[in-house]
Amino acid sequence: MLSRTADNLFWLSRYVERAEYLARILDATQRLSALPLAYVGTGNEWESAVLTAGCAGPFFKQYETATEENVTDFLAFSPANPSSIRNCFEMARGNARAVRTALTGEMWDAINGTWLELKRFGNGPSSREETSRFLRWVQESSLRYDGSAYRTMLRSDAYWFSRLGVYMERADNTARILDVKYHLLLPEHERVGGPLDYFQWAAILRSVSALTAYHWVYRESLKPWLVADLLILKEEMPRSLASCYEAIVRNLDAIGSTYGRQGAAQRHARGIRTRLQNSKMDGIFQRGLHEFIGEFITENNRLGVNITEQFLQ
Amino acid sequence: MGLAFDEMRGHDGKAVRPAYGELDRWLKEVPADVLDYRRREAELIFRRIGITFAVYGEADATERLIPFDVIPRIMSGGEWRQLEKGLTQRVNALNMFIKDIYSGREVLRAGVVPEDMIFRNPAFRPEMNGQSVPHDIYVHIAGIDIIRVDADTFYVLEDNARTPSGVSYMLENREIMMRLFPELFSRHRIAPVENYPDELLASLKSVAPLSTPKEPNVVLLTPGVYNSAYYEHSFLADKLGVELVEGRDLFVKDEVVYMRTTQGPQRVDVIYRRVDDDFIDPLAFRPDSILGVPGLMSAYTAGNVTLANAVGTGIADDKAIYSFMPEIVKFYLGEEPLLKNVPTWRCREAEHLTYVLDHLPELVVKEVHGSGGYGMLIGPSASKIAIEQFRAKLKAAPDNFIAQPTLALSTSPTCVESGVAPRHVDLRPFVLTGRKGVRIVPGGLTRVALKEGSLVVNSSQGGGTKDTWVLDG
Repeated sequence: MLSRTADNLFWLSRYVERAEYLARILDATQRLSALPLAYVGTGNEWESAVLTAGCAGPFFKQYETATEENVTDFLAFSPANPSSIRNCFEMARGNARAVRTALTGEMWDAINGTWLELKRFGNGPSSREETSRFLRWVQESSLRYDGSAYRTMLRSDAYWFSRLGVYMERADNTARILDVKYHLLLPEHERVGGPLDYFQWAAILRSVSALTAYHWVYRESLKPWLVADLLILKEEMPRSLASCYEAIVRNLDAIGSTYGRQGAAQRHARGIRTRLQNSKMDGIFQRGLHEFIGEFITENNRLGVNITEQFLQ
Repeated sequence: MGLAFDEMRGHDGKAVRPAYGELDRWLKEVPADVLDYRRREAELIFRRIGITFAVYGEADATERLIPFDVIPRIMSGGEWRQLEKGLTQRVNALNMFIKDIYSGREVLRAGVVPEDMIFRNPAFRPEMNGQSVPHDIYVHIAGIDIIRVDADTFYVLEDNARTPSGVSYMLENREIMMRLFPELFSRHRIAPVENYPDELLASLKSVAPLSTPKEPNVVLLTPGVYNSAYYEHSFLADKLGVELVEGRDLFVKDEVVYMRTTQGPQRVDVIYRRVDDDFIDPLAFRPDSILGVPGLMSAYTAGNVTLANAVGTGIADDKAIYSFMPEIVKFYLGEEPLLKNVPTWRCREAEHLTYVLDHLPELVVKEVHGSGGYGMLIGPSASKIAIEQFRAKLKAAPDNFIAQPTLALSTSPTCVESGVAPRHVDLRPFVLTGRKGVRIVPGGLTRVALKEGSLVVNSSQGGGTKDTWVLDG
């Protein structure tokens, strides 16, 4: 297939996945900030949302402090934020239009329908209720796109590149949450916050839609180190780093065996997965959770570069 | 201008012509609000599929729908066969003419067409001199604009031998009509058009360079998403099952064209290009073009890739050259032309110019290189000021213009706000030429001027489209 087509499919999936992630962050932050201060400590949750979304730079160029209003607008609707939900959908639809022939009718319908509906929200929701409706709609739109891709695409390179985009973006997103919130997830003896952090842990889980999953996996009340374990090492948890890398390696291998050639991307991805498979939470805490996550983000970005060089240009 | 010929009711407006009998009965049965409801449904579907086009120069209208009229335009099998013969003859002559222009130039030596009209023409491509193309086919796809003035008389308005568009509407309009009006379909026997993409692909493959191994690699070259016909390009690539490429997806090495794929470079044999000559190769033509492929012309002239349509076919689209088409048909085929040419005054000739200047209010004046309905004067509907302004333009550069009488385009029943009323239509059938000859799918794109009395059917000027039915038998 054309390199440009593969590139467009890869980024189309990334944009849709990113839009959903931003909606989850906003949703979780809204819940957290609605709690009485006594339950969540004194940190500014909206500032932390900006950090987790990875757009602190452009945000603080425009605003001095983070409030519910300006963060919601910036992450969801602002034309000034290249990664706002609206811009993600705009770019996703732009990419879709450029590679229409590589999409199934259902996928086009999903993304074009989303883009058309987006106009309904004008310049952004005008009330809290409307904001939550909007955020739910974003998540549903992403599910619809993802589902139609999964259910209707031929299992060929177009499909694999599209899945790669989903998992690369997802791994990056989960890693960012961990990067910003790592101090809340340290083992008991190193922690400072105490049981006050309970709602923070719940919020982290909610932003990767893993709150229910946690209880099914551990059958325990929330423990920060188990939250870290779930998000980093548990392969059965769809947004964990380990699960993302299992999928990345699988899709890259499918491409490699169809093309009859392995390259730097395949080798690099396998290296990262092996490291995840061989890690235990104890060891990660010993070496430093923050350092571990930092390295992961760097390696994940490097894989992005490898994929681009090997296939997309 | 007298009363126009109506496709449904002829000249006198009384008797319904046989091809429209069933439609007439149906229109009487179906309540008006049903038509309106279906029209809105069609619009919704079109928007959902994303069949849009862009109008250049309108900032906030980057994606617009072409209005779709739900009442089909119908031709009998007999009418179609008459038209088909004429179109085949015309396209055969066009191909022979273009080949001749770029090789022996007998048509010039015989004095049929004046030399300077060719050599001083910006659409003439000296790069093509002495260049052979596979099977001598230059115009692989023609979208010939036809207008009708009475039961038996069809005129060719334009030959569109460069990169005609609109065929996606022919196909999508039919799909939509079948979805919205199954009962109307079951009452007619309508020749299908859905095999057009197959016919097109077969034609394109048949003109691959002679050195191509068995299965040629065909691609469709688009200027990109910002082009007004982008939807059509992606639609066709999809139906053809070929890659939709932009200039940056292709590169030329050692006079061979390759496309960049996830598995490395892959050779390209046939390019169905929807990019104009001027933009296809910055090394050969406009150096500022970023839509093209540097070196493409070198691969083309080396015979390593086929371009469809060929480079240089624009010479036949020149409206002054057009005026010689009847003589051109006779010169190459020794036959009388079956399709008429609209009488044309070439303003470059002093006598013609005098006549045109004296009769501006009753004529249509067009630029010889114009298209899309831009830059023309429609005398009968133009204001005095507009006519005087045009007169000045015409006097300043008479070579740039031709003039034609205002023809009474036939009308066809159309849904308008006040109900069903006649509106002027034209027809663009798509004529394919491959190694095995000419193929025309029965039908085409009917464009309709939605404003009462308007004769301008171009979508860029507010025209709409209709499904075109050719009845079997």
